[in-house]
Amino acid sequence: MDSPTAALHEGTHAEHPSYQRHHFVTMAQQKESASFGMWLFLLTEIMFFGGMFTAYLIYRNWYYAAFVAGSHTLSIVLGTTNTAVLITSSFTMAMGVWCAETRRRGGLIVSILLTLALGLVFLGIKSVEYHEKWVQHHVPGLRFDAMTFVHPHAEPGQAAEPPLSLDMAEHTEVYFSLYFAMTGMHALHMIIGMGLLIFMLIKAIRGAYDNGNIAFIENFGLYWHFVDIVWIFLFPLLYLISRHQ
Amino acid sequence: MSTILSLPDQTTARIPKRNYLNNENGLLSWLLTGDHKRIAILYLISITFFFFIGGALAGLIRLELLTPQSDLMAADTYNKVFSMHGIIMVFLFLVPSVPATIGNFLIPIMVGARDLAFPKINLLSWYLYVIGGCLTLWAMITGGVDTGWTFTTPLSTHYLNTNVVTAGMAIFIAGFASIFTGLNFIVTIHRMRAPGMTWFKLPLFVWSHYAASILMVLGTPVLAIALVLVVLERTIGIGVFDPTKGGDPLLFQHLFWFYSHPAVYIMILPGMGVISEVISTFSRKRVFGYSAVAFSSVAIAVFGFFVWEHHMFIMGVSNYSTLIFSLLTMLVAVPSSIKIFNWAFTLYKGSITFETPMLYAFGFMGLFTIGGLTGVFLGASGTDIHLTETYFIVAHFHFVMVGGMLMAFLSGIHFWWPKMTGRMYPEKLSQLAAVVTFIGFNFTFFPQFLLGMLGMPRRYAAYPPEFQVLNVFSSAGASILGVGYLLPILYLLWSLKYGKIAGNNPWQATGLEWQIQSPPLTENFVEIPIVTQDAYDYEWLERQKEREVTQVG
Repeated sequence: MDSPTAALHEGTHAEHPSYQRHHFVTMAQQKESASFGMWLFLLTEIMFFGGMFTAYLIYRNWYYAAFVAGSHTLSIVLGTTNTAVLITSSFTMAMGVWCAETRRRGGLIVSILLTLALGLVFLGIKSVEYHEKWVQHHVPGLRFDAMTFVHPHAEPGQAAEPPLSLDMAEHTEVYFSLYFAMTGMHALHMIIGMGLLIFMLIKAIRGAYDNGNIAFIENFGLYWHFVDIVWIFLFPLLYLISRHQ
Repeated sequence: MSTILSLPDQTTARIPKRNYLNNENGLLSWLLTGDHKRIAILYLISITFFFFIGGALAGLIRLELLTPQSDLMAADTYNKVFSMHGIIMVFLFLVPSVPATIGNFLIPIMVGARDLAFPKINLLSWYLYVIGGCLTLWAMITGGVDTGWTFTTPLSTHYLNTNVVTAGMAIFIAGFASIFTGLNFIVTIHRMRAPGMTWFKLPLFVWSHYAASILMVLGTPVLAIALVLVVLERTIGIGVFDPTKGGDPLLFQHLFWFYSHPAVYIMILPGMGVISEVISTFSRKRVFGYSAVAFSSVAIAVFGFFVWEHHMFIMGVSNYSTLIFSLLTMLVAVPSSIKIFNWAFTLYKGSITFETPMLYAFGFMGLFTIGGLTGVFLGASGTDIHLTETYFIVAHFHFVMVGGMLMAFLSGIHFWWPKMTGRMYPEKLSQLAAVVTFIGFNFTFFPQFLLGMLGMPRRYAAYPPEFQVLNVFSSAGASILGVGYLLPILYLLWSLKYGKIAGNNPWQATGLEWQIQSPPLTENFVEIPIVTQDAYDYEWLERQKEREVTQVG
């Protein structure tokens, strides 16, 4: 924790760059503060999602059969594709941070555009999945019908899901509530992130990051990876319940 | 009563020509400021506004309870009044009271920095607070909320037709104001300390704000998600808290109290920081057991996260978890009493003087001790079953929050008023206000302990006639308390223009904030100080003064 002091002694000889804020003694202090602040913010995000993960944990234990049945209505192909898309977008974002650090403006712009495009693909696939839920009457509150779980239809070429008792079938609504709340909150974070990506894109085109003042990009990178990691947890918890049966 | 008020030569003191108040002028220079001191003043004005709205609602409650029947207002109006009183006082006054005002003003100065780490986020925090506050007022004007401040499900999601969604969103937004304040404090304390300012040279005020900030950062997001789920439940009926769909209403309470129990430590810890500073300054002694007091703040923050279920002992949780949470609840009493004992030992053989901040601090120590000990009654699950949901619990948390926190807030406001404004408040009048507040407070809330023991339930507009005598006592006390709160606002406003010039260090205190001009410069320090002295080192202060005298001579 002596770093501010140490940084001060270094800084007394160094020139202050123009983008150093007046209340920081050194650039190192400014950079450390920004990334420390970002990590703390991500901690609050973990707590925010943590509330829903707690609810998930409890209800999955109570209504395991309903969670299995609900999970099996999700498309594993679309879910897996989305996971791959999101991991790739994390890679392009990491490339963007690297390009910014090495002051490659062109590379940065391309990386941001790719990240943005992959984010759009993710949201596109997600909306296809949401639409499917709407058609199947699986949207809790607004348009929900549990009867498909009591009398399951066999898809062509597949065995029918085992039927649930009416009581347990109704509890699939809790599963879908959590599905929509968790993926919806995740999607909201993606949308906010994409807004920030567009903001960064405009600034990058104008050359605002060429002077090495890239704290914003680095910290946004942390945010984007965090949103990615949330999905890494959501995917198995929501899509892959008891798939081995 | 001896006073150290006249120690520095007041006749030669002048308001410095350049300071943070007159550095820039015009409304916009305030509304777009990044200066932590100006944001503190903005916060101070807004929380005072909400305090008086909440206080007026409290007045209505006490007026209604003057008689056993519900005659001043209908029973459902009464429900709205006490709900709005709770929501405004908890989320819009107590949570930001000390941290966002005094803490915002002082944390950067105390650690020897020019500003908080993120000035723009600090300003954003104030705007979020104002938006949250306006939405709350909007919810109140357009019909109010009658869930109580706890938004308990399924009452809030299914049975009430009032503005739960608006109020919920208001608290959601105000919650982010609190998160950003806490985040800013933690980063500032970690990364912005002046050279030589090690953790154990920090004033205890900073330690207690650090602990409170941890709670804000980790707790508030959980409240946010709980409120989002309530709003979703109410608007589209997602079923997470709805028993007819398999949801569990108790889950909401777990999420809500996971924040709202630590929230009481968010409220009280910064107040404890104020008391440490005040007690030390007016006993002219280093706080006894500095590191014990520092670590007790952190211990309160840690234990505070593991006791939330004691709010739900009667609500069908398992007996075994009741047993464990009861034990953990008792554990919180340990760090709290470490603080009280250490303050008492600080007073022992100190050169005590009785300026207004010290009177409020004494009030805090007495009332907080009573409030804390009655908390042990409620933490013990046996007595809790008898006492919970009665006026005993109302009296308990008002002793802690009003008798403790509000006293600490007023103590701090008086103590740092000379630093914030450059002028002194009128001493005799403010001592009177402190005494009136103390007397009024005890008159108001002590009878409520007795009412609770006798079994009067909380949250009803009407009560059996045999409870009337104690209720009349309580209502009469509330009017005295009201006078106690009106006095400071009047004479503090008066002092802005007519108060005596304070000078840099009217209390001869040792903190870094007292070594700079009052009111401070926008950049706080001309040169970042290099800290060599410990906190509360009065001998160091004497040596500094001697050196100044010889230099001038």
